[in-house]
Amino acid sequence: MNHLGFEMEKVKIGSFDFTCCEGCQLQLANKESTLPDFLALLDIRNFREISSERLDDYDIALVEGSITRPDEIERLKAIRGKAKVLIAFGTCACFGGVNSLKNRIPQEEAIREVYDNKAVETMPSMKISDIVQVDYSIPGCPVSKDEVEQILVGIVTRSQVSLPTYPVCVDCKQQLNTCLFDLGELCLGPITRAGCNAVCTTGKTACLGCRGPAEELNMPAFLELIKEKGLSLEDLHEKLAFYNAFEPLATDET
Amino acid sequence: MIYKVISKGEFKAFIDALVQNNSSFGPRKVDTGSNGKPIYQFMPVKSVDEIEFDYTVTHSSAKHFFLPYRDELSHFNFSDGNWEQEIRYEAPPIILIGLRPCDINAVNILDDVMLHGAYPSPYYLARRKNNFIIGMDHLPLPDCFCHSMNRHTVNHGFNLFCSDIGDSYYLSINSSKAFNFLKEFKIEEPTYEDNCSLIERRKNIKNSFETKIEVSGLPCFLDIEFDSPIWQKWGDKCLSCGSCAMVCPTCYCYSVEERFDVDLKGSTRQNHLYSCNLVDFAQVTGGHNFRPKTGDRLKYRYYHHYRGFAANDNQQICVGCNRCGRACLADINPKDVINDLRLERESCMICVLPSPDKT
Repeated sequence: MNHLGFEMEKVKIGSFDFTCCEGCQLQLANKESTLPDFLALLDIRNFREISSERLDDYDIALVEGSITRPDEIERLKAIRGKAKVLIAFGTCACFGGVNSLKNRIPQEEAIREVYDNKAVETMPSMKISDIVQVDYSIPGCPVSKDEVEQILVGIVTRSQVSLPTYPVCVDCKQQLNTCLFDLGELCLGPITRAGCNAVCTTGKTACLGCRGPAEELNMPAFLELIKEKGLSLEDLHEKLAFYNAFEPLATDET
Repeated sequence: MIYKVISKGEFKAFIDALVQNNSSFGPRKVDTGSNGKPIYQFMPVKSVDEIEFDYTVTHSSAKHFFLPYRDELSHFNFSDGNWEQEIRYEAPPIILIGLRPCDINAVNILDDVMLHGAYPSPYYLARRKNNFIIGMDHLPLPDCFCHSMNRHTVNHGFNLFCSDIGDSYYLSINSSKAFNFLKEFKIEEPTYEDNCSLIERRKNIKNSFETKIEVSGLPCFLDIEFDSPIWQKWGDKCLSCGSCAMVCPTCYCYSVEERFDVDLKGSTRQNHLYSCNLVDFAQVTGGHNFRPKTGDRLKYRYYHHYRGFAANDNQQICVGCNRCGRACLADINPKDVINDLRLERESCMICVLPSPDKT
């Protein structure tokens, strides 16, 4: 590859899944219009969804999923040891994700409910940064391929890589959407990091905060809004906990 | 300006002919709020029946037709270690129907900013030259305060303006294009009664305002109140979500973003409408943020709207539509903020001295 007169090498990349649905990795094979160009940037060393090769030398590791078993910790540490850059890929990797719902009930109860008392080794769901150092995070359930492209191109060209700092409301207003609060719903858009193009709220589904908190969010003001509109604090608590991406509310507020 | 009268039936036939043949946008009902009230936006229309002529207000303004939320400024093509910049000023012609006087005044203000400054924007010019604006008057909503900003009437910036005088519209025709279009339809000279109806309509509009804001002397007031605790008080409520700026008809601040094409053979430079309330608006290279506090960011939005342009250009850029107030989930609105600011000083009893006698 030649970029502005500089020879550039393809980046060696590995994509790994832990406890997750593998939907975020599937996004890597999506967006057909730019897929050939996207793949041309990468030398795929290890990515079971699109290649049977299993090579151990890679510069960038995309890590999807949360950590819920002791053997996953060892595997993750080994990946961290080999990768120069580790990217927490998707909401489960960044925050623990939907899997963290089980953290709220006793482990035995969760195992009984899902596996009917079969012996299963499991522990509370953890995000990747609980175990190893994370260099970049790409949140989203699933990740936006457009954003993944921007970030990987940024890494390849050594240009600035960043996520929007502001909340979903900016993207949502730009789509000329009706505010879901005006329709009587509780939406996490005002406190959630933008970058998703407000895809859920454009489809009239309230934001559940899969991209995690916007920067410098004003939680007291948001709580005031929920109370002012007469919306349910219980519903708020449920939504905040859904992806494990927000700090739990203090108990006196729920 | 040429004045004519058209029956509402004939007006609909005129609009239908326009929208059938042109890319057109008008007020449409997009939702019903949980309060039972309809929610309107300027949306594409293909037939006159889709247009709600008696709409109240659109949630977003018509700003994005001239200043798109995202706009490609240029594309760069790389080849042989060199690059070429490609810039296009392309704007397909559009018809905008049903803009209120405040909306048209807002476009006139944007003209001043985008076209009459030291660096006119060719992107804005391309869009502004290639549109046909039909304005319509309305009775103010309880929270409209355009009268306080003197933006409840408009004299230019439209092709055609329609005042509702009962069974007809009283037309102010402000372009030869509009006049030529209308020649194909049955329009009449205003009668004595029509003129009376128009005056009556205007009086009715003027007397219907329920919300008033005292803006006289406000630039000076804002200067004095730079360190007022009021800013932190309202800042503590602010979610820094930028909704106010997105729906505002005159907020034009933007950020510029550059990104490589995925094939690395080119890149684009994009304009992205931003808001001074967003947390990193005043963050600079190296990470320093000049306005890390919510209250400071909120203050500067008010300074831009009510002080800066008044001091420099003898006009405030707020038109009093209160879209920001309606969109704000934290219930922050210009009326309450400005009244709070004035009240704090005007009711201060600490150092009251009698003002000097008349001489």
